Amino acid sequence: MSAFVARDYSLTGPEAERAVAAGLASAKWYSPPTSRSELKKLMQRSDQPAIRDTLIWFAALIVSGGLGFYLWGGWAAVPFFIVYGVLYGSASDSRWHECGHRTAFRTPWMNDAVYQIACFMILREPEIWRWSHTRHHTDTIIVGRDPEIISPRPPDVLTLVLNVFALKTAVVFAQKLIVHATGRLTEEEAAFVPTSERAKVYRTARIYLAIYAAVIVACVWSGSILPAMYVGLPSLYGSWLQLYFGCTQHLGLAEDVLDHRLNSRTIYMNPIFRFLYWNMNYHVEHHLFPLIPYHALPKLHAAIKADCPPPYPSTIAAYLEIIPTLARQLKDPTYYARRELPPNASPGPARAAMAAA
Amino acid sequence: MSENWIDAGPADRIGAEDVAPFEHGGRQFALYRTADDRYFATDGLCTHEQVELADGFVDGTIIECPMHNGRFDFTTGEAKGAPACVNLATYPVKVEGGRIYLKVED
Repeated sequence: MSAFVARDYSLTGPEAERAVAAGLASAKWYSPPTSRSELKKLMQRSDQPAIRDTLIWFAALIVSGGLGFYLWGGWAAVPFFIVYGVLYGSASDSRWHECGHRTAFRTPWMNDAVYQIACFMILREPEIWRWSHTRHHTDTIIVGRDPEIISPRPPDVLTLVLNVFALKTAVVFAQKLIVHATGRLTEEEAAFVPTSERAKVYRTARIYLAIYAAVIVACVWSGSILPAMYVGLPSLYGSWLQLYFGCTQHLGLAEDVLDHRLNSRTIYMNPIFRFLYWNMNYHVEHHLFPLIPYHALPKLHAAIKADCPPPYPSTIAAYLEIIPTLARQLKDPTYYARRELPPNASPGPARAAMAAA
Repeated sequence: MSENWIDAGPADRIGAEDVAPFEHGGRQFALYRTADDRYFATDGLCTHEQVELADGFVDGTIIECPMHNGRFDFTTGEAKGAPACVNLATYPVKVEGGRIYLKVED
């Protein structure tokens, strides 16, 4: 067996050219057979579910934050700040995602407003991540093309551990904010952010830095870390659940396949998780049909599940696959978890990929 | 250069507030019907990454690309939401005898 050569996951390395040459870049992806009329119903937008969920989210932030403030100084404040942190640093991930797709609300300004708020909470610059997420949907888990592959092979365990509390993410975020505030992009960002959109990047970076500066001033002025416990630090101490959810999306599955049924997971979750995650547990469905809003994903799942691998019954079931897969990839980076299609599932790139495996 | 009215098929093959594909001469077009039965036509591929718009979502006079949610006003072709930044070409359309005709330049 020849020695494994680590692949370059950057967007500007040789893997990017290889992906283009192999026909994996901006390629045609598998789409399950569905009727136009059925899809049209599922794609219908509505403000009501997202308004309801956003009001609940904000109310929960206010209540947990308020009780944390009231009990500040004693251990009794801790559980309320844990809740506040999850609502701020984890639930914001799904709001960033859905509103970035502009499918959460029907009304455009509502999507944009919640998107901007969520971006700040989750340490994601809105314009950069809009364009990187666009690329993620074009070239999902295509090495050299997808900027959102959460971990390479072999897995970067240290980064995953540091990012339980977004430590690595925060350092990178801060570095990039400074670069962007000076009117520049990184070479990799320049690969996917159009020139026409770059002024927005620079402006937003300066606004973010101003907000953080104001929080620091408030802390110094008050002689307390409390202001930062509400703005800034929750992006760190509250991020653990979004990593827990986010790792289930693609981690450990196939790379370089043109079939989302093979490189994405759908997982059944309890109602609280689904509120926090805004149904992103239906991740196969989301990638197959990104136009369908979060509140319609369970119906889409029911409509196409016969064509998809069986969903995982829980996040624990997903991690019973993910953790051994990552452990094995430390020794054999070519290894990955193979999703099996049902016998009567539609053929497509999945069948060819499985036959070649 | 000549302009042709091309027969694009029965008008009622396009549902209300919906979009349908049409191919002619190796080119792809998207045909639209609004909720109040007005008809429009644009190039059929998103200007962002050439994804077929006929698989997209119509809301009012907006077509949303099925891959990346880029948006266009199909009555004018104007790009209305990133990642769509370049406008779509539009084409005159008429309905006669229950059939939709598209005017293109050869």
